[in-house]
Amino acid sequence: MIKQGKKNVWKEYQKEIPDDNYYYARSCIRQNFFPASETIFLRIIREVLGKTIYDDEHQTTCTGIAYHSDIVPFDTTMTVAARQFSLMNIASQKNFIISCVTSFGIYSEVMETWKHHPEILEKTREHLRNATGREFSSPEIIAHTSDIIFKYREQIKEKAKFLLVNKSTGKPLRVVEHIGCHYAKIFPEKGIGGAEFPYVLAGMVENWGGEVIDYPERRHCCGFGFRHYIIKENRGYSLSNTKLKFDSMEAYEPDFIITNCPGCTFFLDRWQYVIAEMEEKTYGKDGFGIPVLTYEEVAGLVLGWDPYSLGLQLHQVSVEPLLDKMGINYNENDKYLGNNNEDIGRPAFPFNLKVTKNKQNDD
Amino acid sequence: MSQERESLVGLLKQDVLYQEAVHACINCGTCTAICPAARFYDYDPRRLISDIQNVNEQELVEILKSDIIWYCGQCLSCKTRCPRNNVPGFLITALRSLSQDKGYFAASNEGNKQLTVKRIVGENIIKYGYCVFIDEIGTENHPEQGPVWEWYRNNADSILKKLGANYKGEGPGTLRRISKEDLDELYNILKETKALDRFDNIERYCND
Ligand code: SF4
Ligand code: SF4
Repeated sequence: MIKQGKKNVWKEYQKEIPDDNYYYARSCIRQNFFPASETIFLRIIREVLGKTIYDDEHQTTCTGIAYHSDIVPFDTTMTVAARQFSLMNIASQKNFIISCVTSFGIYSEVMETWKHHPEILEKTREHLRNATGREFSSPEIIAHTSDIIFKYREQIKEKAKFLLVNKSTGKPLRVVEHIGCHYAKIFPEKGIGGAEFPYVLAGMVENWGGEVIDYPERRHCCGFGFRHYIIKENRGYSLSNTKLKFDSMEAYEPDFIITNCPGCTFFLDRWQYVIAEMEEKTYGKDGFGIPVLTYEEVAGLVLGWDPYSLGLQLHQVSVEPLLDKMGINYNENDKYLGNNNEDIGRPAFPFNLKVTKNKQNDD
Repeated sequence: MSQERESLVGLLKQDVLYQEAVHACINCGTCTAICPAARFYDYDPRRLISDIQNVNEQELVEILKSDIIWYCGQCLSCKTRCPRNNVPGFLITALRSLSQDKGYFAASNEGNKQLTVKRIVGENIIKYGYCVFIDEIGTENHPEQGPVWEWYRNNADSILKKLGANYKGEGPGTLRRISKEDLDELYNILKETKALDRFDNIERYCND
């Protein structure tokens, strides 16, 4: 009954998601920390779904992290957004889709500001003209890239090679979905399901056979904190917030975590390593952590793509326990091979966090 | 300009983020209850919103000089939950802007740390066109990155080629090099919209 009630709540937030012809706004964090994820997304859009998407070499950072850590004024961020829209105009596109959750919040905030304050829009036009000689018009629709995968979750399932099901027990995998705060907390009507019951990731998980875990700190921030993460002395803020979430989810024994924000994916992965090394505390079984994946990586696994072509070897928390449960074949000896199977060594082993079933020490 | 508009309080109230942030607060404390910063710092968004509504010039100076305005982590969870549509997170942005524009930020320990942010994120934006870039993220400053990052950075060319990226290459793609023409446009925007003035302010006022 309660679940039904929640489903009705999210149905109130049905936003428009464009079905083809996308202009792709990339994410600084996703490109650096999960460098295969945007390539996976482009492959899904083009090769699996047969849609067109424009990947523009001229785009830059949206300056979102600089804005939220207060080193640039809002005028700067609005004008950079205007420049990206001008690039989209030149590419003859109207559907602006955004890889980063911080950027998605930024573009939403910029467009809302212009809507309510036409004089600010005029000022932005003037700034852009003065700085670059460019003119622009706003997109018809903006969406987050996880919205697109959500929209086509069924088509992905039709081509699935693996489901989010434990192969040996036949039971659905238990999944924590973590939504980046700026996906729907700033403008709930812009996120599928709104801020309280976001459905964008839960929809993918359920469609692909998994089961979503509800836990007390489900909606708590990962703890990025913008300036707090950048400043080394303040980084404990980020760690403490992540720890709060793991302590809260632990009892529900998640098989993995899926996120739509690249920053969250990173923090939930790396802070598990830090907690293990500092406190000798691990949250998965047998000394492993809980694997944390981007939704692109999860879609890639469901489609049966090689885990190490998806960049899963760049996670500090080992994903192999998840691969085992899904019944995905892999050869651990191939994990750390470079381009053209070049031998490039392997990362050192952590002291406490288990990352392989083999003997783990560097001596 | 009237005296009211020139005052700090007047300047604060002209900021569109202030206007979005502050309506009548009923002191319910919901924002503080859900705020991640309130959980780990001596910080109380309810109190800040409540105090700011009839702040005088001297009190505002004290706020702008304080550590208080630097604890918020900008998650904006408060925007969703406030029953009065107040947004402590937006108020913080307006206060931090004013504090930096007027030089008060350097009076606080937390405000001084803006120098670090400017030198990392600000300079990455100018140099690369990305707010973060792998070449600049070493495990010395970022030990939490772990051994996997060390291995990735040491073998970035090979790994990124394998994963289909275009690391520092021409044309589109993951981690491509952003051209000089595009960087110049970005720089001109930073200049035109006074981000460079703020960078200069941060360098001038902060203790190195
Ligand atoms: S939630 Fe809103 S009304 Fe309640 S104390 Fe905070 S700002 Fe005031
Ligand atoms: S935006 Fe700032 S004040 Fe609001 S909940 Fe997040 S940390 Fe607290």
